[in-house]
Amino acid sequence: MNIIACVKQVPDTETLIKVKPDGSGIVEDGIKWVMNPYDEFGVEEALKLKEKLGGDVTIVSVGPARAMETIRTALAMGAEKGIHIDDPSLNGADAYTTAQALAAAIKGLPCDIIFCGQRAIDGDVGQVGSVLADMLGLPSVTLVTKLEIAGTAVKAQKAIEGATVTIETSLPCVITTQKGLNEPRYASLPGIMKAKKKPVDVKNAAAIGVSAAVKAKVAKTVPPPARAPGKILQGDDPALKAQELVKLLREEAKVI
Amino acid sequence: MAKGVWIVAEVRDGAYRKVSFEIASAARKLADELGDEVCAVLCGSGIEGKAAELGKYGVDKVYVADNAALEPYTTDAHAAAVAKIVKEKAPAILLLGASVQGKDLSARLVGKLATGLATDCTALKIEGGKLVAVRPMYAGKCFGEVAFEAAPAMATLRPNVFPIVENAKAGAVEKFDPALDAGQLKTKVAEIAKDTSGKIELTEANIIVSGGRGMKGPENFPLLEELAKVLGAAVGASRAAVDAGWRPATDQVGQTGKTVSPNLYIACGISGAIQHLAGMSSSKFIVAINKDPEAPIFQRADYGIVDDLFKVVPEITTAAKKLLA
Repeated sequence: MNIIACVKQVPDTETLIKVKPDGSGIVEDGIKWVMNPYDEFGVEEALKLKEKLGGDVTIVSVGPARAMETIRTALAMGAEKGIHIDDPSLNGADAYTTAQALAAAIKGLPCDIIFCGQRAIDGDVGQVGSVLADMLGLPSVTLVTKLEIAGTAVKAQKAIEGATVTIETSLPCVITTQKGLNEPRYASLPGIMKAKKKPVDVKNAAAIGVSAAVKAKVAKTVPPPARAPGKILQGDDPALKAQELVKLLREEAKVI
Repeated sequence: MAKGVWIVAEVRDGAYRKVSFEIASAARKLADELGDEVCAVLCGSGIEGKAAELGKYGVDKVYVADNAALEPYTTDAHAAAVAKIVKEKAPAILLLGASVQGKDLSARLVGKLATGLATDCTALKIEGGKLVAVRPMYAGKCFGEVAFEAAPAMATLRPNVFPIVENAKAGAVEKFDPALDAGQLKTKVAEIAKDTSGKIELTEANIIVSGGRGMKGPENFPLLEELAKVLGAAVGASRAAVDAGWRPATDQVGQTGKTVSPNLYIACGISGAIQHLAGMSSSKFIVAINKDPEAPIFQRADYGIVDDLFKVVPEITTAAKKLLA
């Protein structure tokens, strides 16, 4: 099986995000960079599929030079090779542009299935997997928590509000991965050593024949809206404080 | 020149999901500012009779695709149908709900319409006659103002944030042929297993009572379930409680769980880590009950009680029962 897993390097979730004073983005100094947690589920599922059905796993990522480290992590987990798309015109661009770049890199490759994390935890945009699928003319199933593949038949489960849906489709397709799909493995030390020698093609926009056509851009990055300071209910008697709370919720907040 | 503020309404089991009225109201507000028209796209089977209802929320015209292949929802069928009518009429703006379906459908439309999409927006504005969509990024640690270089400018709106405003307009119904080609439809719904526990869906709840590590164990959650019952609330959990195996993953509120925007969120024994706040910071009112006065949740809470939740929560239940009796 020819399996592809797309990954993105993002700031660690513990990162204290500082907005640049000119609103042009966030301060990147001192950020600890990691593989997007949702992409880990994709890499893991790719590796499990390879272990079950044979084949190989190719990692594809759009990002600046530092993103290579994330590709190496995926290789250390067990993937065979990588493609690193690094171009200032593509890095940090919108979902359309990122998907376009991924599609251009993937189009020529033998491909049975593509895994993408359901969203990246920096932008929280959650579109690239679906756009990539559309650009490649493939079906997509998003937010997948369970996957069964038999031949070319695909059965994928996802949660919708108040229900679990089972969707049937066929290979090749794009699956966007959700928490609960699997438990991503840690890269072993031997894996990390082997990863250093695995091949990673680095390509720029020209090499994949793409020129950025951004459709939506973050014109301004701002701190979160301020919330009016709250009040701590005073006193030592839990019952009295509870009663005061209920009164406030009814009379002041008007939510009960 | 692209004109018109459009929405894609969402129905389930033959009824509109609440977010449909929220996006209609938001569209009406934008359209009034632009001097424009609001149109809705409605796709389903046996759905034509429901179309005019959208008029109540400011929709001038409803384009309906009524076809067996459109029920239940599949990405392929709905994306094909919506793309067809949108390409034909070329609206300037297209809004959907940031529900599971809305996010899935809108993302699939990005490629088909070669346009931009702002996901999970909490505010919309018009600047220089064009849409600017405001949305949380980095788990809500900062916000982005998104501008668009293509039409229609698409945005999905976070449920329960935009007010529903009744503003009766024509709601004139026009059917269109989605021209679905069976060869294009590559996904099929094999099964929909409804959650029959009677639990209120967190993302749709008006009130949520939520428990974290401070609950100390699964055996203590009935305390919250009691309060929830009195308030007509859903019960949520922090990642700590879910990872400890005390509550199911579907109850998790937070960055890697659900994003909720209830009118009232009561956090019990939850410290308020940034990843948890990411999931509930859109709540209109936040109450925090925690023994630790330094817990970060108190910085976000509208009302805080620094005390033992095992003493306080039962008292809240008692007081609420009296009030609501």
